[in-house]
Amino acid sequence: MSAVSALGPLNGRRKATDKIMRGVLAVGTVIALIPLVLVIYYLLSKGLGAWSLDFFTKDPTGNFLGDQGGVKSALLGTIEMVALASLIAIPVGWGVALYLVEYGRTGRFAATVRYFVDVMTGVPSIVFGLFIYVTLVLSGWGGSSFAGWKGSVALALLMLPVVTRSAEVVLLLVPDPLREAALALGTPRWRVTLKIVLPTALPGLVTGSLLAVARAAGETAPLLFTATIVNGTTFNLSDRMNSLPVQIYTDVGSPNDQLVQRAWGAALALVTLILLTTLIARLVSRRSRL
Amino acid sequence: MATATPDVSTGGRSILERSPSARRADPIFRGTLMTLAALILALIAFFFVYLINKAQPALSHQGVFSFLFTNDWNPSKAIYGAWPLVVGTLVTAAIALVIGVPIAVATALFITELAPRRVRSPLVILVELLAAVPSVVYGLWGIFVLIPKLKPAEQWFADTFSFLPFIGGNVAGPNYFVAGLILAIMILPIVSAISREVISTVPSDLKEASLALGATRWEMIRMAVLPYSRSGITGAAMLGLGRAIGETIAVTLVIGNSPTIGKQIFDQGYTLAAVIANEFGEAANDKVHAGALFAAGLVLFVLTLLINALARGLVRRAEKSARPPTKVKAVPGGVA
Repeated sequence: MSAVSALGPLNGRRKATDKIMRGVLAVGTVIALIPLVLVIYYLLSKGLGAWSLDFFTKDPTGNFLGDQGGVKSALLGTIEMVALASLIAIPVGWGVALYLVEYGRTGRFAATVRYFVDVMTGVPSIVFGLFIYVTLVLSGWGGSSFAGWKGSVALALLMLPVVTRSAEVVLLLVPDPLREAALALGTPRWRVTLKIVLPTALPGLVTGSLLAVARAAGETAPLLFTATIVNGTTFNLSDRMNSLPVQIYTDVGSPNDQLVQRAWGAALALVTLILLTTLIARLVSRRSRL
Repeated sequence: MATATPDVSTGGRSILERSPSARRADPIFRGTLMTLAALILALIAFFFVYLINKAQPALSHQGVFSFLFTNDWNPSKAIYGAWPLVVGTLVTAAIALVIGVPIAVATALFITELAPRRVRSPLVILVELLAAVPSVVYGLWGIFVLIPKLKPAEQWFADTFSFLPFIGGNVAGPNYFVAGLILAIMILPIVSAISREVISTVPSDLKEASLALGATRWEMIRMAVLPYSRSGITGAAMLGLGRAIGETIAVTLVIGNSPTIGKQIFDQGYTLAAVIANEFGEAANDKVHAGALFAAGLVLFVLTLLINALARGLVRRAEKSARPPTKVKAVPGGVA
C-alpha cells in the first residue's frame, strides 16, 4: 500500500532523487578506492628509492647511524615461516572441510565444528599470537623461547579457519551426481573423496589456500610474540627469526630516517609478495571448471 | 576431472572384487577427518581455559569488575584498570563503523545494482585489493603520510566545530580519529564483500516487480533490495566491528598509546590489542602484569567471539531466507 502512494506519477522530484542517489552510490565507490590509490602511490614513491641489489642481498644492521643494510633475513624468514604454516594449515583445513562436506552435511557435531570455524575467522590475530606465546614460548617448549616454528604455528592457526571455510565452499560446488556415479560403481567412500572430489575441486582449493597464505604473509602481531626479530639470516626454524612485517614494525618505531626508508622499501617488497600470491591464486581459479 | 574419470572405471572394477578390504579403510578415513574437525574444537576450548588460567594472577589481584572498569592503567604501580583501553577500543571501532559501513554498503550497491557489467569484476578486485595491504603497511602509511597531512584539517575542524561534544582542543598527531579512519579502510573490503553476497541473494522477482510498478532504480534499491537484505548487511557491519576491535598493529602505530581516556576524538588513546603488543616484552617476568595482558587478550577474545557469533547468525539467516523462494521458483520454472 505504501508502495502505491510512494510510486506516484514519475515527476521531477522522483527523477532527481534517483539521479542524486545513483550519484551518491557512485561517489561512495570512488571514495572507497581513494585510500588504495594513495597507499600504492606512497609505497612506490617512497619504497622504490630504497630498493637496490644490496637491499635484497644484505641483512639489516642494528646501526642507528650509518649503513642500514637490507632486508634479506626478513624476506627469507617470512617465506620460510609462511611455508611451514601452510604445510600445517592447508592439510588440516582441507581435511576438516572434507569432513564437513562429505560426512557432516547434517548432524550436530558437524554443525558445531562449522560454527566454531566460522567464529574463529573473527578471532584477532594478536589473540592467536598470545595463545602461542602462553603455550609454547613462555614454557620454553622445544628448548628455546622464541622460535621461527612457533611463529609458523601462530600463522597456521590464523590460516586454518580461512582455508577451511574457502575449501568447504569449493567442495560443495562439486556436483553430487559425480559422487553418486562413483559410489554406484562400488567405489568406497574414501576413494571417491580422494580420487574424484578432491581432484575436481583442486583449483578452487588451491585458490582459497593461496589467499590464506597471502593474508598470513602480512601478519605482524602473532610473530611479534613468537618469532621476534634478529638481524642475521637464519634458516633454522628453531631460532628466532626475522620477518618483513616485524622488521617494518620495528623500523617504523625508530627515530632514524634511514631505518624509516628501509621500512618503506620492505613494505613495498611485502605488498609485492602478497599481490603476486593473490595474482597466482586468481590465475589458478580461472582454470577451474567449477 | 579428466584424470579422475578413468580411475573410476578401473578402480570400480577391482573394488567389486576385493571390496571387503578396501571398504575397511572407510571408517579409518572418516575417523581421521573427524579427528581433525574435533581438533579445532579442542584447540579453542584449550586456549580459552589456558588464557583464563594465565590471566588469573591479574584478575585475582585486581578483581574482574575492577579490571574492566577502573580508569587507571599503571603497570609501574601494579594498577591494572583496563577501562581506558576498553573505551579506546570501542571508540575507534565506532568511528570505523560510522565512516566505513556507509561507504562499504554504497560500494556493494553500486557494484551489484548500478555498475555496467563490464566494470563489475574489476571493481570487485580493486576493493578486495584493500584487504591485501597488510596492517603494518597501513600503520606505516598512517604515521608518515596520513597523520601529518591530516593534522591541519583536523585542527581547523576542531576549532570550527568546538561547540559540538567530543570535538575541540589541541589536535594530537596520533589520535582516535586517525586510528578509526585507518580501521574504516581496513574493514571496508570485508563489509563490502559480505554485503554484496547478501544483496545478490535478493530475488530478482522482487526487484523486477518493483521496476514493473514503475519504481526508479533508487526506489527499487530502497524499497526492495535494502529491506530484504537489512539483517544481512547488519551482520556484515558487525563482522567489520569484530575486525576493528581486534586489529592491532596499524592501531598501535597511530593511536598514540596513552593509557588515559581522551576527552576529544582528536586526543591520543590506547586499545586492548595495542597494549598487548606494546607491553608483552616488559611483562614477561611479572606474573601480574603479564596476567593483565592475558586478561586483556581474554576480553578481546570473548568480545570478538560474541560479535562474530551474532553477526554470522544474521548473515546466515539472510542467506537462508533467500533460498526457499529460489527453490520454489525452480520447480515450476523448469519449463524455461
